[in-house]
Amino acid sequence: MNGLIYLKNVVSLKLDQQKCNGCKMCTIVCPHEVFAIKDRKAIIQNRDYCMECGACEKNCPERAISVKSGVGCAAGIINGLLRGTEPSCDCSASKSNCC
Amino acid sequence: MDTEFISGRITTITDSVPQITTVWSKTDIWNTIKVRWSIGRMNYKVKQGLYAVGTPDENADVFVSANFKLSFDHLRRALHGMNAWILVLDTKGINVWCAAGKGTFGTKELIYRIKVHELDKIVSHRKVIVPQLGATGVSAHEVKNKTGFSVIYGPVRAEDIKAFVLAGFKATPEMRKVNFPLKERIKLIPVELTYGRYYLLFVPALFFILSGLNIHGYSVDTAFDTGRKAIVNLLTSYLAGCALTPILLPWIPFKRFSLKGFAIAMLLAVLLLYFNFLGKNIFEIISWFLIIGSISSFLAMNFTGSSTFTSLSGVQKEMKLSLPLQIGTAGIGLFGWIVTRFV
Repeated sequence: MNGLIYLKNVVSLKLDQQKCNGCKMCTIVCPHEVFAIKDRKAIIQNRDYCMECGACEKNCPERAISVKSGVGCAAGIINGLLRGTEPSCDCSASKSNCC
Repeated sequence: MDTEFISGRITTITDSVPQITTVWSKTDIWNTIKVRWSIGRMNYKVKQGLYAVGTPDENADVFVSANFKLSFDHLRRALHGMNAWILVLDTKGINVWCAAGKGTFGTKELIYRIKVHELDKIVSHRKVIVPQLGATGVSAHEVKNKTGFSVIYGPVRAEDIKAFVLAGFKATPEMRKVNFPLKERIKLIPVELTYGRYYLLFVPALFFILSGLNIHGYSVDTAFDTGRKAIVNLLTSYLAGCALTPILLPWIPFKRFSLKGFAIAMLLAVLLLYFNFLGKNIFEIISWFLIIGSISSFLAMNFTGSSTFTSLSGVQKEMKLSLPLQIGTAGIGLFGWIVTRFV
């Protein structure tokens, strides 16, 4: 991804291989090729590419994946801090121009 | 709400469905440009519901989209020459990926739309094609359980849909990947530039007024001379953070966006120093370096929200250190600059 990798060793992505049924859904929905299939089980091949969008967790029928998903957006995090809520862009409410 | 793209209606077993064009009109192009500049961006919607492209029958594919008109426009343009159904979810006018993150482009809304438009009567197959980035909000197995419809995740970009369909609903790894090429980063810059538009008026004005202060009181001449330069310096820092850093993103060393923005600002500050914009003594010059650096660093850090590869955990980690540093640096810079008015 020519230089477009964010901070290392920070993402909250977890995969429980015991539960994996090899359906490949995580490899389909992930936008950053984080997963691969090896011996009919999912493996995490590019952990640092993960942007915690949560698509894999949502589409894993065996609940083998967990990730603390949310917006990787500084303005959203500041919004959350100011309002005392979870980080949120909340474009519609605040009329800010993110996403 | 603009309905210019509706060319007629076709009657289905359950309802009459608007038939739409697949070519962008001049208005569509003009509105797209405006939305890229944040004009009317929060209210650029189409009505949620079912639409027909060409003359679809019960075997035609169903493509799911958001009711942000830009999303809808890209999809209908990509379906040019095909017969298909489009099912538009109510995402409050937000694009697919962001709406999926918020959950409005989500399992519940998709199930509701499939049921309320009686998709099971309109098509004989049992599948809907959902953009891959919608997966953040949609749980395919849950939709299948509740409606009997299988969710097939299509490519990330609408322009790949034809190739995807021709390949038998198979996406290549390239179609599944989100990149962040120069072209896409440039498209985002207008929105970035409008991000701090109110500060952009207020802060330079404040600096301009303060520029007239000196040990003898106030001088309008000094305000014009120093103030002019202050405005150039501030605009430079704004452009460094909102435009230059996003453009040069992959080529600037450092992983932290705040550091990338700071680095670019330092380079530009050296240029400003060379052209004599940073002031008359070392304290004023250092103050400007700190002000320009902190503004650009903060704005660049905000670009994490527009980028396609930063994680929440990562941005939180970055901000924990960067935000206090930015505030501190800006504070010291501003203090130094005001003090140098009087020496």
